[in-house]
Amino acid sequence: MPENLTIAVASGKGGTGKTTVATNLAFLLGEQGKQVQYIDCDVEEPNGNIFLKPHVTDVKKVTIDVPRVDTNKCIHCGKCGDICQYSAIVAVSDTVLTFEQLCHCCGGCRLVCPVDAIKPKPIQIGDVEYGYSDNIECVTGRLKIGDIRSPAVIRRVKEKINQYKITILDVPPGTSCPVVEALKGTDFVLLVTEPTPFGLNDLKLAAEMVRKLGLMFAVVVNRSDIGDMNVRQYCERENIDIVLEIPDDRRIAEAYSRGRIITDVVPEYKSGFAELYENLTDMLEVKLSEKK
Amino acid sequence: MRIAVTSTGRTLDSPLDPRFGRATCFIIIDTETMDFETIENENVEAPGGAGISSAKRVADNNAEAVITGNCGPNAHRTLTAGGIKVYTCSAETVKEAVELFKAGKLTEAAESNVQSRFGMEG
Repeated sequence: MPENLTIAVASGKGGTGKTTVATNLAFLLGEQGKQVQYIDCDVEEPNGNIFLKPHVTDVKKVTIDVPRVDTNKCIHCGKCGDICQYSAIVAVSDTVLTFEQLCHCCGGCRLVCPVDAIKPKPIQIGDVEYGYSDNIECVTGRLKIGDIRSPAVIRRVKEKINQYKITILDVPPGTSCPVVEALKGTDFVLLVTEPTPFGLNDLKLAAEMVRKLGLMFAVVVNRSDIGDMNVRQYCERENIDIVLEIPDDRRIAEAYSRGRIITDVVPEYKSGFAELYENLTDMLEVKLSEKK
Repeated sequence: MRIAVTSTGRTLDSPLDPRFGRATCFIIIDTETMDFETIENENVEAPGGAGISSAKRVADNNAEAVITGNCGPNAHRTLTAGGIKVYTCSAETVKEAVELFKAGKLTEAAESNVQSRFGMEG
């Protein structure tokens, strides 16, 4: 099995324990001496660094190109506005207006302009932080407050995926565009849930999404001794593996509230995370051999 | 004068639509003759940018003024760029809004009176 998997940790529901699972997995693999990187794609609220506490070595701006119109060249043909699906540029009477907040930076307006009056204008929408926590490489994407273009920041963060390392991706919650952007091209998805009606409802949505993306996945049940049996019954019915169950343990909550790694504070949980990694490499191996 | 009024229906007796960008339709009226035509608004369900597209639509139909209930910042900016005056009111029907306008009882909205996406349902 090549030691260069990209494992995404996602969930339909927020607050189920994605970051807990992702940081603990990265920590344990790092402790085992493996080459590992933790990449925080939850760019609206990246908080893996609270637990891994990386030493930041570099911060880079994330910019996108919005249109800047040269009013001397513009012939007011309106083609830029016609192609824009987001109304981020519009030609009205003898002026052209741009709405930078609405631009999805596709560059369509620049392409269709017959007189080359539109030039790219870079604007910052976030930044990417690089650093190390012991031997774990940490990359954190952060969207600027008030901006909504998280997929662009996620794309930039994912450029740092090192194919010679095990990559743990912390994915934003939900099932919308940023989640799909983060999951694209990953080898395995861990869906973290909790055994409650809310957990189940959102797990179903997430499982459906991951299946549509054609990705291998398994479930982690957090606070596994609360709630009801419906998540387990659903997984059984749908043939979805539950690869880890984390109980509702006060020691975990205390470690978490202090920004500590669980397996560091309560070492008895190490075996669970180690087995989790072995389980999913086994599952991937089976899948690979099936392909052959 | 050619004015555009946001409407929930196709006639002058239709209720005024308080939304601009996502109004059901625009009734373009000649205030001298009271002749009118109705334009369906394809931006009702737009995920975003409805105000801008609707303002563009109104401008393309050569309206010189808009009467509506509420107007957001992007729509207001686009209408202003097109030289179109914006009036907001709480008239019951399209006809009533036009009467108020003709009687000089509406004051021009110098700026938007609601936030972006105000007219989105749900």
